[in-house]
Parts: sequence; structure tokens; C-alpha cells
Amino acid sequence: MSAGTRPARPVREIRALVEALPDPELPTITLGDLGVIVAVAEGPDGVPEVAVTPTYLGCPALSSIVASIEDTLAAAGHPDGRVRQVLSPPWTSDRITPAGRAKLAAQGIAPPGPVRREGPVVIPLAAVPCPYCGSRATRPHSPFGPSRCQSVLRCTACHELFPHLTAL
Amino acid sequence: MTTDAAPSRTADARLAALTLRLGDDALVLGQRLCQWITRAPTIEEDLALSNIALDLIGQARMLYTFTGRLDATGRDEDDFAFARGDREFTNALLTELPNGDFGATIARQLAYSHYAVLYYQALGGCADPDLAAFGQRAAKEVAFHRLYADTWTERLGLGTAESARRMQRGLNDVWPYTAELFDEDDVARDLAAAGVAPAAAALRPAWERAMTESVTRAGLRVPAPGWHGRGGRAGLHTEDFASLIAELQSVRRQFPGGTW
Repeated sequence: MSAGTRPARPVREIRALVEALPDPELPTITLGDLGVIVAVAEGPDGVPEVAVTPTYLGCPALSSIVASIEDTLAAAGHPDGRVRQVLSPPWTSDRITPAGRAKLAAQGIAPPGPVRREGPVVIPLAAVPCPYCGSRATRPHSPFGPSRCQSVLRCTACHELFPHLTAL
Repeated sequence: MTTDAAPSRTADARLAALTLRLGDDALVLGQRLCQWITRAPTIEEDLALSNIALDLIGQARMLYTFTGRLDATGRDEDDFAFARGDREFTNALLTELPNGDFGATIARQLAYSHYAVLYYQALGGCADPDLAAFGQRAAKEVAFHRLYADTWTERLGLGTAESARRMQRGLNDVWPYTAELFDEDDVARDLAAAGVAPAAAALRPAWERAMTESVTRAGLRVPAPGWHGRGGRAGLHTEDFASLIAELQSVRRQFPGGTW
């Protein structure tokens, strides 16, 4: 650590800093809200390590998420801090916090319903409530939307198109 | 960016061969789908095909990272994608078939995604914790692609006479290339016998049932069994493959070691 930097902050304080970082594609919600931060702990060499589980394996925002965490670690006095990408636990939309869901809804993005845990993978795209009028008479419009984790639905009551964070 | 999803581990040539095949399947099909970008029939389909490609290429990156650690060569994901000749790719021929029309692309996606969901669900329960975690995550992604392919198969099959004709033609054309997905060579047999990886051959009846259901729901016919195209797993590819790989690797060859 070079002279002039502030003293390194303890690991227990770093988690809050990392979780408060905005998601690059959905800037109103944080990485903590999204549920991608799995663990923040000291590695065997005493260096803080942040474990991240990707929303989608090809998520284009992942490299900028990693970079922003690295910058945060450096600013907290840990320029050698590490970010690890882990696959277990796999991310699912169930990891989005209640606060995150509320922020999505406030932004006009219908939050995901619960993901079925047992049996074959099913994609629920039916009866998602419209964020504009609340009607459940909504229909899938496009399974892919403004970002990899969103699809687009259409409300048959108020005729609005709206994005939906796909339950997966 | 490096991914640390797979801890460093002892070399395992058989498992490396398996993760390489899976990675090659995903990369090559993803690259084919990328050729649709700006050419799809509507903006939604352009977005859909490119997003499916994005998922597949993301899966390939992870699988190549696994492979580099398992084969003890220390190669990274870019080495596998950009620094191999076309004869070194071990993808099934299905994944490299030319896009054809939209019906042909949907037929290819239908066959692959029905297989990939079954395979990755099975992989999700395998003994290797890293591969199992990967399988569980990948299964969800390809299930979404399967939904897309099922939906379009039905829409084209039950659409106009022309759309049904093209969808049927697409199915007929890809069908000979589906058998290779379930072929088992020594690598696959050894891994299945050791309980390390799913036995692809055992997934075939479930795949046939699901495909029959999807095709029948679309008012179309399951093609009759005929000849089978094979060779991709051994690096023997179709005529169009070399140019696909040449395009994929062109920038890397023009600017070796370039970064941006």
C-alpha cells in the first residue's frame, strides 16, 4: 500500500460497500438487491475476496461488475483484493431481495415470481401483473428484452408493453 | 477476465475431452446464430437469436476454462476459441449446419436445445461439484432457448402453408445430424461408467418423446429415420465449417496478441 492511502477497512465493512454498488444494466438496483454477491471474506493470505455468482453465464455486464468491485476494494485500501466468479450457489431470480423487487416495480419492470424448484425447468411467463394497471391479463410479447435477464410482455387490459425480469 | 469457478485440480484427459466437446457445441452454434444479427425477420427475433448466442458463448467460455485446467495445458478460453484449427474442433455436426432460412435455424435450435436441456439436467446431478454447478445453471438457460424454439416451431407449423412447408423442410434437413448427439465413444462410455458424466445415449428416448410432442403439436411430421451424418466429434466437419472458423478467428490472426 503506498503512502497517502487511507488505512485499509476491515472485511466486515467491505460487504456493505460492495452490495451497495449499482447493477450496470439496471442502475436503480444494487448488486446486493440482485443477489449476485455470495460471500465477502478474507482469503488464506488475509486479502479480502468477493465471490460473485453470475446471473447468466454470458451476462455482458459481468466484467464491468467485477471491475467495479475491484475498484471498490482498492478504494477501501485493498488494491490486491480479489473477485472470484462462482457457480454454486447458481443464481436464480429468487435471490433478488424484497427491496430489489420493489425498486424494479417502481421502475416499471415487473419483478419475477417464484421459481419452481423441483422437477423439470419451466419458464413462467403467464399472469405476470402489469406494472401500469395491475391486470394479470398479460401475454408474452418477446422472450428477450432490454437486457439478458428481461423479457417483454404485453398487457391486454391497458395495452402497454412492459419489461419483466424473467423468473429463472 | 478470469473465472475462478473451477478450482485448480488434477489433470483428467477424459473429462477435458468432454468439456471441450460441450464447449465446442456451444461456441459453434453461438457463432452460427451470430450470423443472423441484423438479418432476422423482426427486431424481436434479432434480439432473441443474439441473446441465445450470448448465452451459448458464455457457456463455452466457462467450459473452455474448465478444459484448460483439466488438460494440464494451461490454455485459456481464448486459446481454445481462436488458436485451434478447424480440424481440432469436436462439436457435433448439427451445431455447425448453415443457417438456411428461419425455419431451418429454428429446427436446428429445437433439436439442440431439447438435447441440451436433458444433458445439462443430468450433468447437474453428476459427482463432480464444478460440473454439477455448471449443469444446473446451463440447464435453465437452454430451457429458455427450448421454449423459444418450441414456440416458433408451433407458430410456423400452424401458420401458413408456406411457413409449414419451410418448417417441415428444416426438420427434414437437420434430422440426419441429430443421431450424433447421442453417439458414445470410449471417452463418453468411460465417463458414464464411472458415473462422472451422463450417458448421452440413455437420453435419446426422452429426447425423441419431447421432439415428437413438439413437432406433432405444430401439425408437422417427425422425419423418418434415414442416413446419419457423423464425424464432428473426431474433428471431421462439413464443407461450410472452415469458413465459419476462419471468420471467427480473423481478428485474432490479423492482430496476434492484440488487446483492447
